[in-house]
This record gives sequence, C-alpha cells and structure tokens, in this order.
Amino acid sequence: MSAIDSWLRRTLGRAGWPIALAGAVLMAVGTFLSWTYDPNIVENLTIYLYPAGPQVYTLILALLAVVMLLAVRGPLATRPLGSLLPGGAGAARTAGVFSVLVVWLILVSIAVQLHGFVNIDPGGWVSGVGALALFVGSRALPDSPRPVLDWRLPSAVQIILIAVALLLVLTAAAYALNRSDAWVFIDFLLFLAGVVLMSRNLGILGYLADATARLRRVTLLAAFIVAFLFPFTQNGSDANMSIATQVLIFATTAIGLNIVVGLAGLLDLGYIAFLGSGAYVGAILSASAFTHIHWHPPFLVVVLIGACVAACFGLIIGSPTLRVSGDYLAIVTLAFGEIFRLTMNNLDGSNGPDLTNGPNGIPAIPDLRIGGFDFGEPHTVLGIELGRFANYYFLLLVVIAFVVLAFARMNDSRIGRGWVAIREDERAAEAMGVNTFSLKLLAFAGGAFLAGLAGTIKAHHDVSVTPDQYQFLESAFLLSAVVLGGMGTVGGVLLGAVILKLLPEKLRFFSDYRLLLFGLLLVVMMRFRPEGMLASRRRQLELHEEDEELAEELEGQVADVEVAPR
Amino acid sequence: MTATEPVTETATVLQAQSITMRFGGLVAVNNVDFDVNDREIVGLIGPNGAGKTTFFNCLTGMYRPTRGTVSYRGRRLPPQPRLVARAGVARTFQNIRLFGNMTALENVMVGRYCRTKSGVLTSIIRGPRYRREERETVERSRELLDFVGLGRNADHLARNLPYGDQRRLEIARAMATDPGLLLLDEPTAGMNAQETAQASQLIFAIRERGLAVVVIEHDMRFIFRLCDRITCLVRGEKLVEGTADVVQSDERVIEAYLGTGPAKAEGGR
Ligand SMILES: Nc1ncnc2c1ncn2[C@@H]1O[C@H](COP(=O)(O)OP(=O)(O)O)[C@@H](O)[C@H]1O
Ligand SMILES: [Mg+2]
Repeated sequence: MSAIDSWLRRTLGRAGWPIALAGAVLMAVGTFLSWTYDPNIVENLTIYLYPAGPQVYTLILALLAVVMLLAVRGPLATRPLGSLLPGGAGAARTAGVFSVLVVWLILVSIAVQLHGFVNIDPGGWVSGVGALALFVGSRALPDSPRPVLDWRLPSAVQIILIAVALLLVLTAAAYALNRSDAWVFIDFLLFLAGVVLMSRNLGILGYLADATARLRRVTLLAAFIVAFLFPFTQNGSDANMSIATQVLIFATTAIGLNIVVGLAGLLDLGYIAFLGSGAYVGAILSASAFTHIHWHPPFLVVVLIGACVAACFGLIIGSPTLRVSGDYLAIVTLAFGEIFRLTMNNLDGSNGPDLTNGPNGIPAIPDLRIGGFDFGEPHTVLGIELGRFANYYFLLLVVIAFVVLAFARMNDSRIGRGWVAIREDERAAEAMGVNTFSLKLLAFAGGAFLAGLAGTIKAHHDVSVTPDQYQFLESAFLLSAVVLGGMGTVGGVLLGAVILKLLPEKLRFFSDYRLLLFGLLLVVMMRFRPEGMLASRRRQLELHEEDEELAEELEGQVADVEVAPR
Repeated sequence: MTATEPVTETATVLQAQSITMRFGGLVAVNNVDFDVNDREIVGLIGPNGAGKTTFFNCLTGMYRPTRGTVSYRGRRLPPQPRLVARAGVARTFQNIRLFGNMTALENVMVGRYCRTKSGVLTSIIRGPRYRREERETVERSRELLDFVGLGRNADHLARNLPYGDQRRLEIARAMATDPGLLLLDEPTAGMNAQETAQASQLIFAIRERGLAVVVIEHDMRFIFRLCDRITCLVRGEKLVEGTADVVQSDERVIEAYLGTGPAKAEGGR
C-alpha cells in the first residue's frame, strides 16, 4: 500500500486534494439520484432526491470526507477546522477506502442480482466514480500522525460522552439487526467499520477508550443500562430478541472461557461440554415429559446443581492434566468434548441408564418459572410488549452481570496476579510460593462452573437439548470469540461473541462459506493484531515481547487501577 | 553425625546434608554438606560450572536431589519450590526471572501471595477483610520497594527497568515472601562498581532485618568483604569452607579458582 501511496503522491502531487474533494462531492450528488430500477433489491434505491439505506451511508461518508479534506487544506484549514481535526488526512484516507467498499459492494450486488452492470443507473455510477476518485486522491494526501487528544473535560461531560457513544452503539445494533437484506447488512457493517476507524484516525476512539478505562464502573453500568433498554426498542418482535438472547448465552459462556484462556492462560478445546453438562442437568431435572427423573427442584437449585456438576467434571479433567505442561490440556479437553457428546448420544437405555434419550435428546422442556413469573408469557411494560425471549434476555443480563463481576474482580485480586505470574513464568511463580497447580485448577473448574450455570438456562431457552448442539465446532467458535475479541478483556469477548453469533444469523445464505470466512478472519487477525480487537494491555505486551516502544507506551496503563493507588 | 562444631548461641537455620545431584553421567553436585546460621552471610564461590546454581536448585526444590536432605529450622524441606518458599527460604535467579509484563509493585505483590489468603469468594465479594489484606499487601510491597531503592519505580514495567534495578527488584520480590533465609544467585552480575557497592550495602541491610543470606558470586573482593563464611565448590565438590582469610589463603582455592578466575569473573554474564 505504501508503495502505491508514494507513487500516487509523486504523480498527483498537490492535485490529490482537489481530486479527492471532487470525488467526495460526486459521491454525495450521486446519492440523490437513482442507483437502479428495481425497487425490490438493496432497500429501494430507485427514488430521486431521497437517499435510502446504502445511499445514506454513502452520503454520510462523503460529507465526513469533505469535512476532513477541508481540515487538511483550503480556507478553513488553518484556524477552525485544522486545529480541531489534526488527524484529518488520515481520516480522509480511511473515508476513501471505505467509500469504495461501501459504494461498490452495493453496485456489485445490483450487478449480481440483476445480472449485469448495465442495470446500474447513472446515480450509482456517479457515486461509484466519486468514491474511486476520493480513494485515489486521498492516497496522495500527506501523512498525518494519529493525534492524542488531551481534552480535559469534567468527568460529568466524559460520562455523557460515554453514554452517547453507547447509545450510538445500541442504535447501530438495533438498526443492523433490522436489515433484512444481507447485502445491505454487510454494507452497513462496512460503513460502521469505516466510521469507527475514522474516529480512530482523529484520536476520538483513543480518547473514549481512555475515558472508559478511567471511568470503568460508570461505563460498565451505562453499558448494562443500554443493554437493558434494548428489548424496548424491538416493539415486541421476537425475531431479533431471539438472536439477542443467543448472543447473550454465547457471550456468557465465552466470558467464562476467557477466565480459563485469557486469565489463566490455559487452552481449553472442549469448553462446550461444560455448557452441555449444565444444559443436560437443566433438561433432566425439568418438568419435561421426556425425562426419566421425576424430581423437579426449584430452578435456583437446578442452576446450582448444573454448575456444580460442570465444575466437578472440570476438577476430574483438570486435576491430572494440569500438573503436566500446557499442550496436554488441549488434547485432553478436546477428547473430553467428544467423550461428552458421545456419552450423551449413548445414554439412551440400550447401554447403561436411560438418561438422555440418546440422539433424540430431551425435547419439550417447559419454560422457566421463577417465583410466580412465567418466562413463556409475554409481558407488557410501559405499554411496550416484551415477549418470551425478552424475559430470557433480562435473566441472562443478570447472569452476565454476575459473570462480568466475577471476571473483573478475580482478575484484579491476589488470584488474578497469581494467574498473570503463571502466564509470565510458571517456574518462577512456583519458586515465589504461588500454588500454580491449584490456581490453574481453580480457573479451569471456575470456568466450568460458569458454563454449567449458563447451560441450565440455555436448556429452557432452547426448549430442547440434543447432543449435536454441543459438538467441537461450538468450542472452536467460543475460542474464536475470545481470541478475536481480545483475550483477558470483557469488552473484547462481548464484541467477539456479538460478531460470531450475529453474522451467521444475518448471513444465512452464506452458511456454506461461514467456516471459511471465520478461518480467514482469524488468520488475518493473528497476522495483524494477535491480541484481539479490544486487547488487554498486558496481553498486548505479552504478544509483543520484542516491542520496546509499546512497552514504554503502555507502561502506565497495565496495572489495574485499584492495585496501584498513587 | 555431622554436628561438627558446638553451636553457641546462633541457631542453625539451614542444614543441607550430603546433597548429590546427578544428571545422567554428570555429577553436578557431589555429597555436599552445607549449613547456614542465623543472621549469617555465607558466600558460595567456585568457577563456572562448579555446580553452585544446581546446588541452589537442590536447596529450593527446583531439582529433587539424587541424594541428601535439606532442612530449614529443623524441619525437612520437601523438594517442592512452593513449599520451600512457604517454609521461609526465598531465592533470586542467576538469569533474572521477573514477571516482565507486570509492574515492579505487582512483582513484589506476587511475592506476598503465599502469606495472604483471599480466595475466590472473598475476592468477588470484597468485604472489609479482603480490602484490609489487599491494602496490607500494597503497603508491604511498597515498603520493600523503598527498602531496595526502587520506590520511585513502583509503576514501571519490570521489563523496562535497567539491569541493576531488575536484580534489586528480584530481591524485593523474594523478600516479600517473608523468608528467614535468602539465596542470591550472582546478585551483582552485570552491575558496575557503584551498583555493586550498593548491593553489598543492601545485603548488610537485609541481614539487619534478621535474615540469613547465601550469596553466589564471582567478584572476589565483593565476597571477601561481605561474607562471614565462604564455601568453595569445585567440580561439584566442597573444597574449602571457612572465613574469608582461610579461603583466601588456601592453596587449592587459588589454584582451582583464582588462578583461572579473573577472566571468567569478568565475563560472568
Ligand atoms: N538441568 C540440567 N541438566 C543437565 N545438566 C545440568 C543441568 N543443570 C546444570 N547442569 C550441569 O551442571 C553443571 C553445574 O552447573 P551450574 O550449577 O549452573 O554451575 P554454576 O552455577 O556453578 O556455574 C554444569 O556442567 C551444567 O551443565
Ligand atoms: Mg550459576
């Protein structure tokens, strides 16, 4: 890229800027024209003077690009804009890249769905050419370093900023979920990625990240309030709430796994089996007509039993394997995952006890009932109807709050320091009196406990439990969520879980290529950002052992706030 | 059977009896008896490859000796590093083994691990007891950082500290385990003259706190000035043991060590 950049810079010289500006204006103009004749694809882009869907994304990108370009050169550059947006050139380049992606994805989709580029109307071409011009022109802009914003805002204002950012996230999530057209859905994600990266170029993302780190509690609280508000934006629609609850179950489990992988540094390839143990306990002890145990304790008891059964499995697997080096654990957990699935498949009475109905699983698990509250019934709150999935959603929100609390507090405690020490140098930790074996076992069994807990709820949520829900692939997905999102952080794993669960739901037509896509995504991440999207500072350092500059840069940000009061 | 000299007032802190460590055909440590008295500074010298580090590893349970026993204040030490640290014997490493991506303060706090108790539930609930213990851990660790002269560097990453500071941080970390005996493996390797002088001050100060210290060193002047007693290992065997004067004037030591010494002593990493 940089070779092309320098070539463009030499060829275009100072012409780059006007080309980019003209491109951005063209892009904006194009959005007011029709892009195609068929109103039934990509959210009806046929209407003049009224941009819709992808045209709006294009228009916003174009306008942002214009502002960035004006901050780089021109009459406004010196005083008002240039000083406000010192990272303008970088942001303009990002806008260029993502404009091309956002516009041309739609143009290609029109060509694919209507068989040929001839079906693109002039508006599409205008924006398409504009995007290309913006891209080429912006490449020739001079480099600008990514600025570090040092606004000294009062913390109340910072909190408001964080809240606004979270509300934007909520709005974006709700909007994205409502895209029924897969092309537009991807297009929107690209647009979002572009805007996020632009705010990074401008230093805004970095500022927000610092502010959230400073005001961790407030951020966490705000995030939960926003998540709590989400069902109220769905007008009682179950479609999105179903996806949202699945994301929450997945995220809860992934955070549990992150204790094992991210904090204690153990590779667990059979984690889904612990979720499965909990789910089977939940199913077997439920009032389903298909279980053969006729003891139905209250759900809170079932939750505890499910979690404890999973934790016991964790202890049984962990205690022999955690004494030897890390690679064995991966193999043993992989095997345990398979053994679990096969055992559940075979406990159907023909060999051994009839517990699980074998491959048929346990269907018709009734909805949860806690106290007098029936999770199957829709409820109306403030005139907004909340359906079955919303009920589970709220319950899971409580569970995830508990898991996040456990994660964060364990991380920042004597135990958490022990885990870090083990990751750094296990032998040295042992020589300093750290009980490495029991700390690892604790992480392993504790992670299993949380998975088992989530499993009991999942059984009721899913209505049925079958062995093939708990196969190796699911463990792999959980691990991908952790690695992709960021080992050792809650936010990262939440993000990873959302991406890994949401994308497949929205891209059903893509399902044949799903694994290929995730594989590629992981490879790209490992190459460019092995610490994950929202990295734990410490993990970042561990993965860049050679990088002295990074070590200097992150120095003040590693220790947990409460550990090192000044 | 080895109770040679009548113990006066000073109690024996560490007693290692006929330690032998064999790696396949190589006998790295051969039948070494070694003891350390209360508040004593003992030097362990010997040419490179003499088996000094191996001997430390046997004492601290990092290696399980082929033969021989180690006891600390009359109690047998099991060959498990964690239990040795708990019992009160702490060590540093010849090739520094700090937790590089933790801050200096956090490194020392890890040392407090075996003297604190907070478990899972206490950590999650964070009641007053947890907070008191955590506060004490921080205070104690800061105090130790001040003691070794790293008070200003508490929030620096261990891997960003200069070499000499890393050695001192390792000492602070070891002292955080509340040891009665501190084993230092070449604490001045790679230090300049001034830092070396500071190091000997530090070791005297450690003794003032009531600890016994064993020091492996190559720097002869350093060790003769510092130690009450010196043991010289050569090819895994104990050659001489005694005060600085005795060892200094021993023919065999001069031949085995000092004769070939200086070149190696300079090069000592
Ligand atoms: N783990 C081991 N396996 C095999 N040989 C070892 C091991 N550790 C030390 N040795 C050997 O034991 C001898 C003594 O080494 P060491 O104790 O490091 O010497 P010193 O610390 O006195 O320089 C050397 O020959 C070394 O190669
Ligand atoms: Mg050595």
